Amino acid sequence: MAKSEIKINKERCKGCEICVVLCPAQVLDMQDFKVHVADIEKCTACMQCELRCPDFAIEVTRL
Amino acid sequence: MAYNYEEYIRKGRLPHIWCPGCGYGIIMKSMIRAIAEMGWSKDETVIASGIGCASRLPGYLDFNTLHTTHGRSLAFATGIKLANPALKIVALGGDGDMSAIGGNHFIHACRRNIDITVIIFNNNIYGMTGGQYSPTTPLGAKAATAPFGMIEPDFDLCKLAIAAGATFVGRSTSYHALPMEKLFKEAFSHKGLSVVEIIAGCPTGFGRKNNQKTPASMLLWQKEHAVTQKMAEKMTAEEMEGKFITGILHQDTSKKEYVENYDTVTGFKAEGA
Amino acid sequence: MERERKFLQGNDAVALGAIYAGCKFFAGYPITPSTEVAERLAAWLPAYGGRFIQMEDEISAMAAVIGASLAGVKSLTATSGPGMSLKLENLGYGYMAEVPCVILNVMRGGPSTGTPTGPSQADIMQARWGTHGDHPCIALTPSTVYEQFSQTVRAFNLAEKYRMPVIILSDEIIGHMREAIEIPAKGELEVIDRMMPACSAEEYKPYDNSQLVSPLAPFGAGYRYHVTGLNHDEYGFPTNSSKLIGLQEERLLLKIEENYDDIVQTEHFHCDDAEYIIFAFGSSARASKDAVLNLRKKGIKAGLLKPLTIWPFPDKDIVKYADKVKGILVPELSLGQTVREVSRAAGGKCKVEHIYRVDSEPISPAQIEKAVEAM
Repeated sequence: MAKSEIKINKERCKGCEICVVLCPAQVLDMQDFKVHVADIEKCTACMQCELRCPDFAIEVTRL
Repeated sequence: MAYNYEEYIRKGRLPHIWCPGCGYGIIMKSMIRAIAEMGWSKDETVIASGIGCASRLPGYLDFNTLHTTHGRSLAFATGIKLANPALKIVALGGDGDMSAIGGNHFIHACRRNIDITVIIFNNNIYGMTGGQYSPTTPLGAKAATAPFGMIEPDFDLCKLAIAAGATFVGRSTSYHALPMEKLFKEAFSHKGLSVVEIIAGCPTGFGRKNNQKTPASMLLWQKEHAVTQKMAEKMTAEEMEGKFITGILHQDTSKKEYVENYDTVTGFKAEGA
Repeated sequence: MERERKFLQGNDAVALGAIYAGCKFFAGYPITPSTEVAERLAAWLPAYGGRFIQMEDEISAMAAVIGASLAGVKSLTATSGPGMSLKLENLGYGYMAEVPCVILNVMRGGPSTGTPTGPSQADIMQARWGTHGDHPCIALTPSTVYEQFSQTVRAFNLAEKYRMPVIILSDEIIGHMREAIEIPAKGELEVIDRMMPACSAEEYKPYDNSQLVSPLAPFGAGYRYHVTGLNHDEYGFPTNSSKLIGLQEERLLLKIEENYDDIVQTEHFHCDDAEYIIFAFGSSARASKDAVLNLRKKGIKAGLLKPLTIWPFPDKDIVKYADKVKGILVPELSLGQTVREVSRAAGGKCKVEHIYRVDSEPISPAQIEKAVEAM
């Protein structure tokens, strides 16, 4: 059961990959130059991706 | 819970103009959280800026916002504060804006100790015009106008602020999103001129020319080179080489705030009083 | 408050005029021959609920004045040539962002440091075209100590009414001379305050292109908007829309063009039957007035057309006389700035001649009389 829900705003994502590299659990990857949730099960809801997304494109909700 | 930034962002203004991977968006988020934590109302908050990438920030936020001329945000902000001291004022700009063309306003605002928070977005480069060297470009670094490497020594903006008389000086980085938020709150709470320098990466104008090829590698560089005051105390000079100290570097609460002092000394009488 | 008779220096009269107009903020930088304005307001403003600051340079003084005005306070700065050169950057910002404020330039000799203690009238074109880009301009030219007072009040009124910086072009003689004047009683001169928005915060457009001048809400009053020196839309946000950019640029100039009659003020001294018109302002107008009286004693019908508004240029008044008179003489402390405008306005309908002094001394009535006699 996933611990979190990750909402990606594709309109705002500029594909900088900061979230992909800094995610400690390899939850995210890239698809068509935008961030994509590859494996939500691994997410610990640490919020690092949301905090460091410069583009206000990621919202993480703890479930 | 996801943080509700939208409350403070003007409708329809995002996406912002900053390049992919620019750290300024991270700083803007920390600013929003800090202002929200302070409980400042949108109506009483003023964000002023100069010219440059960082200076586009005020346009995105739902406060009283002022995008001024190059380097002059503190001069405009000084007028605003003297006209209405009840307003909470943040003046921000990049390293070139605040320490080259605006250097004179910066040191004199520090000296006066007027109750304004200055945030310097230091990415070591002129980003908007395409990566020319700034007063904080490190020796040897490449820039569009330093194709052979930077030959001018750089400014330490925090030391400059302390020497000029700022009563609160701190530093953080765009990697340190939460410590940065805390530092902003401490600066906002300080009565007098507070200066916060945020080390940020410019992947487009600086990183590409200087072996920091990706935005993430720029953030990780910041993480590796930032040391807290406590860590620094235990480190040798050799170990400190190339590192910089983050957190509050200087605070002095003994100096009088400019407008309060002005009103006391001059016997200022508010209208109707 | 009754009228009060006072023996005043011209610069002091500007400071008193500013207080009369409700000025509550002054930012400046010491510069001869305008410094007395800063000195007086440093002493006087706190008692009237105003604040004074001596900034680190002229650039920041202009910036602080605009900042204070955005916070809802009538603001003034005072300077002279070299300082005016530095203020031009933020003066342009004031036009673009439509922020009311008043700038006094007590003209001295130039270029560069020039002669700080000598008069000049050579900043006329700088006032009009100094800052870059097309922009509107209102500039007033007092020639007596009383006018230093009254034109300062008018400068604030025009600034508030048309939401823009207004320049007072005085000169070293007018700024430093002393005359006895009657300070008008409260209410005797009109004092205008900027229009405040009557709509809700959501509906507020600080730069509405469908009207020439929009109300200006002060920062902190609940109307949160954006201010920028970039071309902007009606809410103040930067725009690249060529339609909006064009509308805005044209509106800034239309504010002046459509209100020419309200803004332009001139004084006509013995002009009705004049065969020769002397067009002069500031200290040169004083000598010209004497010259008119002396010439009339000699049987020469001379008159003085004295602009109190030099920008927008009083074309209509010149046109009115151009086809009736034998000639217009323009005495000025400049090698030929004002005379070019007079010639343009006269459109070849009469002779336009120019006399000048640029050696830091004023023009004498005798010099003017001689020139008219030779016309």
